[in-house]
Amino acid sequence: MASEIATELAEQVDRALADAADVSTLRDLEAGNWPAATWDALVALGLNGALVPEAAGGVGLGFSDVAPLMEVLGRHAAPVPLAESIFANALLSAAGITPPEGVISFGAGQGAIAWGRHASHIALLDGARIALYPAAALAWEVGGNIAHEARDRARIIGAPVAEAVLPNGWGAEAALLATALMRAGQIAGAMQAALALAVDHANTRKQFDRPIGRFQAVQQQLAVFAAETSAASVAAAAAARAVDRRGLAAAAFEIGCAKITVGEAATRGAAIAHQVFAAMGITEEHQLHHFTRRLWSWREEGGSEAFWAKRIGQEAQALPGALWPFITAREEEITP
Amino acid sequence: MAGLRFDLRDAPEGAAELRAEVRAFLAEHAPNFTPEIRARSWMGFDRDFTRAVGAKGWIGMCWPREFGGAERSFLERNIVLEEMLAAGAPVGAHWIGDRQSGPLILRLGTEEQKRHFLPRIASGEYAFCIGLSEPDSGSDLASLRTKAEKVDGGWKLNGRKIWTTFGHLCDWMIALVRTSPAPEGGARHIGLSQVLVNLRAPGVHIRPIRDLVGEKGFNEITFDDVMLPEDALVGQEGAGWAQATSELAFERSGPDRYLSSHPLLEAAMTTLKQDNAAAPALGRQVARLWALRNMSVAVAGMLEDGQDPVRQAALVKDLGNDFEQALPNVVRDLIATEDMPEDMRRMHAYLTQIVPTFSLRGGTREIMRGIIARELGLR
Repeated sequence: MASEIATELAEQVDRALADAADVSTLRDLEAGNWPAATWDALVALGLNGALVPEAAGGVGLGFSDVAPLMEVLGRHAAPVPLAESIFANALLSAAGITPPEGVISFGAGQGAIAWGRHASHIALLDGARIALYPAAALAWEVGGNIAHEARDRARIIGAPVAEAVLPNGWGAEAALLATALMRAGQIAGAMQAALALAVDHANTRKQFDRPIGRFQAVQQQLAVFAAETSAASVAAAAAARAVDRRGLAAAAFEIGCAKITVGEAATRGAAIAHQVFAAMGITEEHQLHHFTRRLWSWREEGGSEAFWAKRIGQEAQALPGALWPFITAREEEITP
Repeated sequence: MAGLRFDLRDAPEGAAELRAEVRAFLAEHAPNFTPEIRARSWMGFDRDFTRAVGAKGWIGMCWPREFGGAERSFLERNIVLEEMLAAGAPVGAHWIGDRQSGPLILRLGTEEQKRHFLPRIASGEYAFCIGLSEPDSGSDLASLRTKAEKVDGGWKLNGRKIWTTFGHLCDWMIALVRTSPAPEGGARHIGLSQVLVNLRAPGVHIRPIRDLVGEKGFNEITFDDVMLPEDALVGQEGAGWAQATSELAFERSGPDRYLSSHPLLEAAMTTLKQDNAAAPALGRQVARLWALRNMSVAVAGMLEDGQDPVRQAALVKDLGNDFEQALPNVVRDLIATEDMPEDMRRMHAYLTQIVPTFSLRGGTREIMRGIIARELGLR
């Protein structure tokens, strides 16, 4: 469970985002404008080093502490890569590289890099090898996910400023696992935001002389949405807890299960949100799509449900014994 | 929406040891668990097995020692429940007493009721059932008509309960009945009370109802001038509705709301070990199981803390029922029933027919979602 300081930090970020970003910021972002003011407001909280140990100059939080923060970022459809910067800092620091100031993102292999064109530095991972490139050493083939968040491909045209290898506990899939963990929390948060919008709409929009939320058919759908939202949040938190206990690489099972859970939840939740809002939820003007398009996009990043389902299924098939003892032992073999 | 919040709970100290002890116990008894028994899950009724569980101290294990309990935590109890269900053990003879009737008596019963009933539930001697539904009262429970009239020396009970699981095999029922008329134009849940009914008492007529599998699982129980002693009343006269609804977090929160089909999932995992094409579908089931378990343990933790997580329980029950109910169909998409090994085929056949009950018993899917909608502020 998140510590008190983590809850406080999440609340700070929540307030900062409420003050420094709104729907017009999201619209500007889609038009290609970098919200410098929003970034400055967030970076002033000093959270880039949230996952960096105190000894290395960071805040020294654990992954469970950071999970509520990811939810807050999702709840605001945060128009800046604080999540990416926090995880990039963690990866660099784990490999013994001092993270630079500024906007940092990370990626692996030939894959698209979240917010690449906006970053001052990029941590590029190749298995467990990690190299830190300044923006000047990379050329971008810009792209985006369906929410129009920058997802850019890098071509290396200069030298890295640092290179190192991640320790064993972080493994050769660190970029994938970190992305999955990040997106799991953000999906939970974006679902909370979309759910709140949908409930509010159901309580105010009238048809047949009463709020549509008075109709049981609508209530039942929103209840499903709420249940899936809780499941997403629990899954993201449980995956983060597993990383705190076992390290990133050894928590791949929990991260995968969480990514499947949040992905399925996002699909169901986004569909219900749009059903409740009917045509007005589809308009550019309405804010709902800033959340639902992110939900659809984030399902794909850090491994889709299909990707993880195959892996988790294969892992389960390869177990020497039954499934149940495997699941319970993962929680209990390590006494905290 | 605070009622929809879940905080993760870590395993209690000694969890692995307790789990190993339960597994060793179950391994001894497992040879008796036929595929049908495993598929029945907590609807399997076996007095001998229940007495053996009682002898281990695993019935009423959170209750005070002076009443036959073991003073263990809810999280420890949860471990025992999980293992029983995962193994498909026939826990039906003590499930209701341990889950609901005992905790109710412990919380609201008189000293004599506690002394009499709790040790006998904990040892496995007394099997309990719940008397809620009536022929004309299902989800609209407050419309129930069974009536206990105050008479000299006690109460006179008349009316009818239905869908009472194992009513014909149990010793006692805690029934929700009307003890005074509902106020004119007022709330119908006023004037209801909970009473202990000895099912061997004169005037109790039990008619088993054959279910679609061809078994006698549930019953219609008619009360014809049944005399109940003064101390048959549990808790406060007229407060039965509030008492019965406060049991709901206990009734709906447990692993029995997502593990009812678990032995079939294990059979599928074993049978489909080499089947590459089955991996994705199996992976999704594993992920769902993992997520539901985290939610369910969180609810057990809330009970441990003395909270009343009735909404979280409804939420986990709804998601859990969807999962356990869908499983037979998921499995037959992966392997044709005629290709299943005999044991698996029998479990699958039973579950296919009985899974519709999962989202009925303990409150229907629609009622669960109504509870969540209320918490969302929609009703």
